Amino acid sequence: MNETRVLLANIDEPDLNTIAVYERLGGYKAMRKALVDMDPAGVLHELEESGLRGRGGAGFSMGKKASFIPKGEMDKYLCCNADESEPGTFKDRLLMQKNPHLLVEGCIIGSIAAGANKGFIFIRGEYELQADILDAAVAQAYEKGYLGERILDSDHTFDLVVHRGKGAYICGEETGLLDALEGKRGNPRLKPPFPANQGLYQGPTLINNVETLCNAPAIIENGADWFKQWGEGNSTGTKIVSVSGNVQRPGNYEIPLGVSVRDIIYGLAGGPPEGRDVKCFFPGGSSAPVLTKEHLDLPYTFEAMAEAGSMLGSGAIIVVDDSEPLVPLALRLAEFYRHESCGKCVPCREGTNWTVKMLERIDEGEGTPMDLDILDQVQGNIMGNCLCVLGDSMAMPVSSMLKHFRPEFEMHMETARARRDLQELEPLGAPELASVPEAGQV
Amino acid sequence: MNDRMQEVRDEGAIRATTLPPGWDEGVDLEADAATIPDPADVEVPDQLRAEIERLMRLYPDRHSATLPALGAAQKVHGWCSDEAIRQVAAVMQVTPAYLSSVATFYDMLRTERPARAYVYVCTSVACHVRNARRVYEALAEEAEAQGVADDVDLREFECLGACDMAPMASFDGRYVGPLSVEDAPAVIRQVKNGETVMPGRGLEDPGYTVPPQAQQEDGRAEHPKFEPAGGAWPETADVDPPPAEGPPPHRPDPTEPLAPGTSFAGEDADPFTHDVLERDEDEEEGE
Repeated sequence: MNETRVLLANIDEPDLNTIAVYERLGGYKAMRKALVDMDPAGVLHELEESGLRGRGGAGFSMGKKASFIPKGEMDKYLCCNADESEPGTFKDRLLMQKNPHLLVEGCIIGSIAAGANKGFIFIRGEYELQADILDAAVAQAYEKGYLGERILDSDHTFDLVVHRGKGAYICGEETGLLDALEGKRGNPRLKPPFPANQGLYQGPTLINNVETLCNAPAIIENGADWFKQWGEGNSTGTKIVSVSGNVQRPGNYEIPLGVSVRDIIYGLAGGPPEGRDVKCFFPGGSSAPVLTKEHLDLPYTFEAMAEAGSMLGSGAIIVVDDSEPLVPLALRLAEFYRHESCGKCVPCREGTNWTVKMLERIDEGEGTPMDLDILDQVQGNIMGNCLCVLGDSMAMPVSSMLKHFRPEFEMHMETARARRDLQELEPLGAPELASVPEAGQV
Repeated sequence: MNDRMQEVRDEGAIRATTLPPGWDEGVDLEADAATIPDPADVEVPDQLRAEIERLMRLYPDRHSATLPALGAAQKVHGWCSDEAIRQVAAVMQVTPAYLSSVATFYDMLRTERPARAYVYVCTSVACHVRNARRVYEALAEEAEAQGVADDVDLREFECLGACDMAPMASFDGRYVGPLSVEDAPAVIRQVKNGETVMPGRGLEDPGYTVPPQAQQEDGRAEHPKFEPAGGAWPETADVDPPPAEGPPPHRPDPTEPLAPGTSFAGEDADPFTHDVLERDEDEEEGE
């Protein structure tokens, strides 16, 4: 199968990050159209009509989100969430590094729809190269008069600042991001009030992912119906999927939503290395519950993934092949969330910690059969009980692994136990250790 | 390498617990709380002051400049030392305590004196399935062997957003990948000598493709059938998708979870001690 490139159409063009090349290829036309030929309500209507859903994880309709912003004279803000820290996701990195002006134009169009006059791109601190490129792009846009006071002699004023984060996964959560942007520790806030009503500096705030905003210019330029030619049902348009893990050709691929997962993993990314098979895959970044090879023929849409018990999330597919033991993988996953938990809510702070401890115990051969049930129960107690979904992000994949691969967890526990017992008994003349396979290799 | 954490082992505990430094130190209750420093008392390098003031002007609320300001101070001082925090506090007119509370939250703001160079090896999920842990271990061993273990901040890091180049590492902000165990001696030598690590394999290197070594085989760049954006792949044989049905033969059927509280030890086994008197047939089938 082939890619359908809309966002990535010109991505290989040299010097695309300069405003001259971007404009030569038709850049900033959509912004002109939105400012000169359309009114803010029209822009908002077009975005709503297109059915564009958030590409950051939650999949909420972008137009609807923008329409929640109250009308009237007040300070409103636009935040672009470029804190792309979800393991497996690297689509925004590519967009910002290669095509920063697309994001700048998307931010301007988003600000018209929301009536915002101040915008921030919150980029993760690790992306130093990309932040410098964005800074240069913003400066070029200011020079051309596309940002600042009364853009193109219209009534619209919009200032854009690139704000560098300092390395915290939790800042990818929208309210955590707002706190970080206000100069605090990035703790999530209680919702409601939602950011659309009270966000940054208590003002109405529209928060969107990089890829979502990057879709806006093409929608404005070509219309909502053009955008709807791709996709299935309520999942319209194209999506950049970042395929990684045990595949032969990892990378970013743009596909129309609705293509089967098998086509993405095997057709585009080349499938797992020869002689191996897909054991399971994360369909939407590391926080999505894993799906097994039985789900490979599902269409890649928000609805189908949700129906299968997982989620499309940020569109990052991590493939795990059948040579990979799952317990160390689950442990590594849980360690990530333990490290990144901000510590505000107890279920997440303690739940991630105890999950790591239990998985460590299982991996080291100290687990008992009850541990798996307790593990499952702990995951259940985390889900839905915190201010944000960071805890759920660990609980969902871990409990889904346990659900789909419980026999493997049990076998891992038993072999690890057997090895451990033998290690202790070896000096006393127990059977040879080599006769027991390594945990996870059974 | 990570000497910040202290290992503590309670009597009878199976495993040592790691705790942050200072966990058992008392607090000086007599000391006054640090207040907002008087700008006249604190000497701030002109450039740093100008930078922080520029940052504060960007936002409707000057507090928003906290993160970039601390980052700027860290660039000057190398880390968020007490002195650096005092300087930022004097310019921003906030309490040092507020700045420390922020600095301790974020991974990239260092509250300890840093090593000469940092190497963050990503071992998160996507890199994990591509052997990142072994690469990390090889690098750690090599750093020990070449005597730079105390000089370089080598650590496992969470996802750095470059899963296409997995397994990868960030060398003072420069993304390099994919790395292999065999690369370790050369990488550490380059870090030790302060050279560019693995020239040509950094993300920002001109013409970087994933993975470059596969392209160099016959000296010419190949045009693959499906080209991922931002990086070209060498031609590989197309893999036919295998038939969808049936689990692999050597796997037990995962659809039937066992009853709670049971395991491969069998229902006869003691759930706590796991004493199994006889191996039952289920287990043998499972092997």
